[in-house]
Parts: sequence; C-alpha cells; structure tokens
Amino acid sequence: MLTDLFAFTIVGIVTGSIYAVAASGLVVTYTTSGVFNFAHGAVGMIMAFLYWQVRFDWGWSTPVSLIFVLLVVAPLFGVLMERALAKNARGGSFVSAMVVTIGMLLLLMGLALNVWPPEGRRVDGFFSPHGFDVGPVFVTWHQAITVLVAAGVAIGLRLLMFRTRTGITMRAVVDNRGLTALTGGRPGRMSLLSWALGSMLAGLAGILLAPVLQLNVEALTLLVVNAYAAAVVGRLRSVPLTFVGAMVLGLLESYAVGYLPSTGSFANIRLAIPTIMLFVVLLALPEVRLRTRSAVEMRMPAMPSPRTSLLGGAALILVATAIATTVAESTLTDLAPALALGLIALSLVPLTGWAGQISLCQMTFAGVGAFAVVQFAADGSPVGLIVAPALAAAVGVLVAMPALRLSGLYLALGTLAFAVLMDRVVFTRRDVFGDFGVERVERLQVAGVSFDGVRAYFVLLAVVFAAVGIGLQALRRGRFGRQLSAMRDSPAALTMLGQDLKTTKMAAFALSSAIAGLGGALLAGLNTTATSSDFTMFQSLPLVLIAVLGGVTAVSGALLGGLVLAGLPVLADNISFLESLTLLGPGIIGLILARRPDGIALVLSDLWSGRGSFAAATAEDEELPEHCEQLGIEVDFEPRHAEVLDRALQVEGV
Amino acid sequence: MTAPALRLRGVCAAYDRIEVLRGVDLDVPAGSVVALLGPNGAGKSTTLAVVSGQMRPTSGSVEMAGCDVVGASPDALARAGVCMVPEGRGIFPNLTVTENIKLLSHFGVKTGHALDVAFEHFPRLKERRKVLAGRLSGGEQQMLALARALATDPALILLDELSMGLAPTIVEHLYEQVTALARTGVSILLVEQFASVVLDIADHVAVMSHGRVQAEGRPEDVAATLSTAYLGDAS
Ligand SMILES: Nc1ncnc2c1ncn2[C@@H]1O[C@H](COP(=O)(O)OP(=O)(O)OP(=O)(O)O)[C@@H](O)[C@H]1O
Ligand SMILES: [Mg+2]
Repeated sequence: MLTDLFAFTIVGIVTGSIYAVAASGLVVTYTTSGVFNFAHGAVGMIMAFLYWQVRFDWGWSTPVSLIFVLLVVAPLFGVLMERALAKNARGGSFVSAMVVTIGMLLLLMGLALNVWPPEGRRVDGFFSPHGFDVGPVFVTWHQAITVLVAAGVAIGLRLLMFRTRTGITMRAVVDNRGLTALTGGRPGRMSLLSWALGSMLAGLAGILLAPVLQLNVEALTLLVVNAYAAAVVGRLRSVPLTFVGAMVLGLLESYAVGYLPSTGSFANIRLAIPTIMLFVVLLALPEVRLRTRSAVEMRMPAMPSPRTSLLGGAALILVATAIATTVAESTLTDLAPALALGLIALSLVPLTGWAGQISLCQMTFAGVGAFAVVQFAADGSPVGLIVAPALAAAVGVLVAMPALRLSGLYLALGTLAFAVLMDRVVFTRRDVFGDFGVERVERLQVAGVSFDGVRAYFVLLAVVFAAVGIGLQALRRGRFGRQLSAMRDSPAALTMLGQDLKTTKMAAFALSSAIAGLGGALLAGLNTTATSSDFTMFQSLPLVLIAVLGGVTAVSGALLGGLVLAGLPVLADNISFLESLTLLGPGIIGLILARRPDGIALVLSDLWSGRGSFAAATAEDEELPEHCEQLGIEVDFEPRHAEVLDRALQVEGV
Repeated sequence: MTAPALRLRGVCAAYDRIEVLRGVDLDVPAGSVVALLGPNGAGKSTTLAVVSGQMRPTSGSVEMAGCDVVGASPDALARAGVCMVPEGRGIFPNLTVTENIKLLSHFGVKTGHALDVAFEHFPRLKERRKVLAGRLSGGEQQMLALARALATDPALILLDELSMGLAPTIVEHLYEQVTALARTGVSILLVEQFASVVLDIADHVAVMSHGRVQAEGRPEDVAATLSTAYLGDAS
C-alpha cells in the first residue's frame, strides 16, 4: 500500500520535472518577449522526433545527438520563430501574435506528420533499461536523470536571471521594455535569447517525455497545455511557482492513474487533469492579476446598410443555386464543406471580431451541435436545426461563466483547455459519438421536402449562411451590436454606461456557440455522419486561423475562410506537388497573417474602394539608419563642450 | 559656431492620427542647460519621446551634434550618449537597487565604477542597495534614476519632471546634483511644469503649449511671458 504510494509519488515527481522544464521555457519566453508561444509543445514534439531521427535512426551517439538537437537546432529554431514574430510582437495586437504561433503549431504538426508518418518508433530512455532500487521501488536512470535535469534547469535559470547581466537585462525587459532600451539594453536581443532558451527547454522536455509517451505528434504537442497549467500557477511570470505548479500537476496525474478506476467514467480523466487544474487556478487568482494587453486591434469593416446586407445574402443564394445546378456532383461535394465550415467560422465574427473575445473551442461547440443531431434528429428531422444551436448555446454559456473573468490570453488558453477536455473526455465516450466515434445522420427533411441530394443540401447551406449573416449584420447595427463593440473597445466604459458586462459576454458566447452548433449540425448532415475527430481542439485552431485570415470582423471574411479551409484538401488531392498542403496549409496561413493581420476581406474591400492598402499595411520598418549606430557624440565628453562637439562632427565627416 | 547638442526643426508628431507636436523648434546649445516648460498636455513629454527615439516624428528634423538621428532606435541613442529619465520613475521596480545600477554596464562603464559613483552622490542608495527599487520612496527612486545620468558620462541628458510628486527639499537635493552635472559640460534638457524649480539652473528657457514652442529666452526674460502661456491654455 505504502509502497504503491511511494512508487506513484516518484512517477509524479518525474512527470512534474518534465512539465517544469517545459513550463519554465514557456515562462521565460512569454515574460521576456511578451508573446505566448502556443507552439511551445509542438517545438518540443519536433525536437523529440529529430532526436529520434539522429539518435535511433541514424545511430549517432547520445551526446552528439543531444548537442545537435538541443544546442544547435533548437536555439536556431527559436531565433527563427522570433524573427517571424518580430513585426508583430511589438505593439501588435494579441490576436495577431496568437495566430502566428498557432500557425506555427499547425505547421510543425503538419511537418512532423509529413516527415515521420505515424508508425511505431521507439525512443529509449537514457541508459534504458538500467536503474537502481530506492527502497522497494525501482527507479530507472532515465527517471533519475529527468529529476536531476529539472533541478539543473531550476538552478541554471536562477543563476542566469540573478547573477549575469544578460539575465538582469532580461528581467529588466519584463519590468519595462521601453526603459530597458533607454538604458542601453537591447530588448530585441533579449527576446531573441528568450526564444532560443524557450525552444531549448521545450526540446529538452520533449526528449525527456518521448520515452514516456512515445512519439505521438498530438500528445507531445499538447504538452503546451500541461506546461501552461503549471505556468499559470506562477501567473506566467514566476519560475519558482511554475516549478511548484508542475510538481503538483505531475503528482495529481500520477495519483489519478494510480488510484482512479481505469475503466468507466474515469477512464480518460488523467487527460483532463491539466485542464481541471487550470480552471481551478484561473478561478482562484484575483482578477487584476489576469489582465493582458488588448485582444483585438483589427480594423472593423464599414457597417453595411440593410440593403447591401440583403443584396449580399441574395447574391450568395443565387450564385450557390447557379453552382448547384450546373457543376458536377463530385465538385459540389468538394465545395459544400466551404459553406458549412464558413458558417462555423462565422460564429467567430460576433464573438472575436466584434466583441474582442477569443475562443479556441468553436469546433467543440460545433461538436455539441452534431451531438444534438445524433441524439434528437438523426432521422433528418428539422428539430435538429433548433436543438443543435440551443444545446450548443447552453454549453457556450457554461463556458462563458468561468470565462467571465478572463480576457485576452487567459481566455484563449481557457477555451483551448476546454476544447481539450471535451475532445478527450466527452467526445470519446461511447454514448456520445458511438463505439467508433462515428454516428450516422440523415440529411434534413422539412415538411416533405428532402435535402438528401447534395445539390439541394448545397443550396440549403447557402440559405442558412445568408440568413445568419444578414441576421448578424442587423444585430450589429442595433443596440446589442453597440454593446459588443463597447466590450471590445473599452470594457470599463461599458460597465460605466450601466451595461452589465457579464450579461453581454454571456450573450456573445451564447450567440456564437449557437451559430457554431448549427454549423456542426449542418456539417454532420452534409457528411451524413457525425465524427468525433471532426470536433477536436486541433480542428478549432485552423478555424481560428482561417477566420482571421478571411477577416474575422466581416461576414464575408468567414465565407472566404470557409472556402480556404475546404479548398486546401481539394487542392492537395488534385495537384500532386501540393500534396502536403492540407497538413502545411494552415501553418503557412499563419505566417501570411504575421504580415497581414487585417485579413483578406478588408484587403479586398480596400482594393475595391481604391484605398489600396497593401503597401500601407506593412509594418513600419523598425531598423535604424546605419549611421546612427555610431552617433558622433559617443566620444568622450569630459571636457567642456566646444572642441568635443567639433571632434564629434569630424568623426561624422560632416 | 559649433552645432548645438540638440536641434529640433519643425518637428511634428502624432498619436494615431491626433497631432500632438505641431512644428517644434528647439535648440540645446552644447554644454548648456535648457528648461522646457509648459502646461499639462503641451507636448513636453512627447518632445522628449521623439528626441530619445521612442517615437518617430511625422515630419521635421532632429539633429544631435549636427547628425540627423531621426529613426535611430532608443537603445542605439542611449548607447551613443543620450540619457533619458522618463516621466514617472525611470527605474525597474522588480530589480534591486544594485541590479538597477548593474544594468549601466551596457554603456561600457564598469559595474564597480557605476556603483561607486551612484553611492558617492547618493549615500542613501548604498544603505538601500539590496532593496527592490519598487519599494524605495519616490525621492530615492529619482536618485536611482539620476544615478544613471551621473555614472554613464552621457552627452545629452533628458529629464522629464524630476520633481513630480516629491517634497520641495528632495527636489532641491536632486537639482543640486543636476547643477553639478551641468558643470561638467554635459548638455541638459529639463522638462518641468512649473518654472520655479528650474529657473535658477537653466541657461535658457523654452515655453511650450499646444505642441509648439511659444516663447524662449533667458530665464529672467521668459518668466514674464510664462503666465500668458499657462493662462492662454486655460482660457
Ligand atoms: N500614449 C498616448 N496616446 C494618445 N495621446 C497621448 C499619449 N500620450 C500623450 N497623449 C496626448 O498628447 C498630448 C501631449 O502629451 P504630453 O504627455 O506630451 O504632454 P506634457 O506636456 O508632457 O504634459 P504633462 O505636463 O501632463 O506631462 C496630450 O494631449 C495627451 O493627451
Ligand atoms: Mg509629460
């Protein structure tokens, strides 16, 4: 009994050590550069695969492999990421930095799946299988090394941060970036360094974790959620508290595996522990601690008049009808998901675009909608069109309640964690999407009219999209729309105007999740199946990317986004050299967004109205003119001014 | 004629689209102390932000010792000898006093030397050296900020409202140090809202309101016009 406890404790400490290494990397990068790296786990994942490649596939020796991966590739990679982000990090909105790192995450996952297609790859622990006995428990060398490494990282970071000028400068940047520049420190270099360091620590965690989890792209990528849960204990700032959080998380997981039944309701509970811990910590932290910088600073499109709005909807339906009646059925099957996904992307427009609230769990809401159809309208009954949005809205409100106190980054991570919780624990249950995660669904039948054929269903999708779009634009013109904008621009002002911020936020979430739920229901109908793998957290991420790419503030942007998302796999299927597009596409979009955070819809409308903003929107050049680096006046200024300045001028050659 | 340490010509600057500086002309002759005065919102801090490279002017020129510095980054300017002590407290609250001073080695001065200079001018800081700077009193924080100007041999010092929120005796003590600095030949641009504290040490005074320098001259001459600048703003 006691031996078990001891054994589980050791496993917990080992796991906690890995989380601590990963989380401290996340904290160092976030505090110094101000950008939360959603791809942190993915970096660890790719480094673990690379380590497998050189160590086990090519047979390099362990030290050489470690040096190559951790001291050469990982820091270089971190530096590259920082460069890709540099234009955004400073002064950019949180969303634009977020989509870039999310794009990076997807890109890395796509890359890994491309280069290392899933198959059994073994990463052995260090000195595996050797170890030693600690009392009744056998401890492997790998476990012992893991704990030592974590301790080393803790001590190393402490020394770096408090004993070296570089470390002190990094802390100075955290305190006050602008002032650091005024005192001659180079904040840009500190960011670079923090990304290199963060990337190394992610890689280290990935390599330590690989023998435990084996090389699984998704599982290793999700390390970011665990790391985040640990880091939030230290409010994303404190490394020591982050270590505490990591240990608590490791132990909780280990005890859960040890003491909770491994079948039935608790089967997947271990996967939910980081999320649960995250929610508990977020709810326990005082609200003021959770402020982040303004979430959305994207431009709003001009408010369309009711006439334009109606005309736009009518045009969509006409065009869709024309397409539906002319093109081949197979083409239509390829094209139809664009409308369904577009509808789900549309759910982000009022929530993120207008109200400035970030959600990384829209596909989860869509999944809830699909679940409602499976339960209540699998026979194609129109009841599904009501139950799906209603149930999704209810879940949306449930999410919004704890999320009321959160904004910006914390909201993004809270919703991300919720998505993970749902797709790991709820959607995998047999009573949700069946034994194999796939349930059959009939297409809609209303009052004797059947939408069974893909042509009819295509038109139905267009009608629903148009109706929702017109409805949303009408809402935006009204009181509720103004409340949403006020929430985005100045939550404080909204409260002062006597509006209840909480009600508005809940309403925004309810509206958004209802639309997503409807989209999920229609997507299930289109596919004639509801599939759990369509509604995972990893499906929500590209959705956010394409919504932002299309232009998350505009209804038309959602449609464009849907087209892109549905178009990628089609292109990949038909054009052989674009085969990897489905995997890499979203990541590439993220990189494009680093340059064009406003989204395509606004760019197009600018071009249309002759404002041609392509050039105007590129970020201002931050490099300084070369001559200023050796400004003449750095010469000795001890004596009285005149001759010194003369000399200064001569240095300049004036 | 040597070029002035700092020369602004027609400098305009804006936050988003709101123009705040509307053609600022200002000279800081080498080795002199110039006071820039003006009411709330006149654009004084914005002027310093432009000079220190934190903000890019929309038009106009900024020259230091005859060299155009528009577009130079704040850290490059800082290492080139521009020492800016911003409004509020120019210190890092979560670093200790010693760590704050250690950062000065970015300027090529030895940490030991920087500590010596700082503690020599402000013995109070020596007693408090292990304390987080955020825990210091307002006066001590300004001493720490000034220590940067003292220890790094800058060519041009920009001080934004050193006196803000401090007791008169402390302000007096701080300005004694500034006067001592001025005697070493460094050029200084002081920003204050109220004239009284700086008229004694300034060689030259410029009065700013509505984003322009409205009047300038020797302290005694400008003193008379000051009231109109402030009253004009109020009306
Ligand atoms: N970050 C900012 N964003 C927008 N407007 C700003 C910003 N900072 C200052 N302003 C505006 O610019 C104008 C000039 O401000 P500035 O801080 O330069 O004035 P100041 O002369 O330093 O005033 P004070 O004596 O109050 O410090 C003011 O109207 C102010 O409201
Ligand atoms: Mg000011």
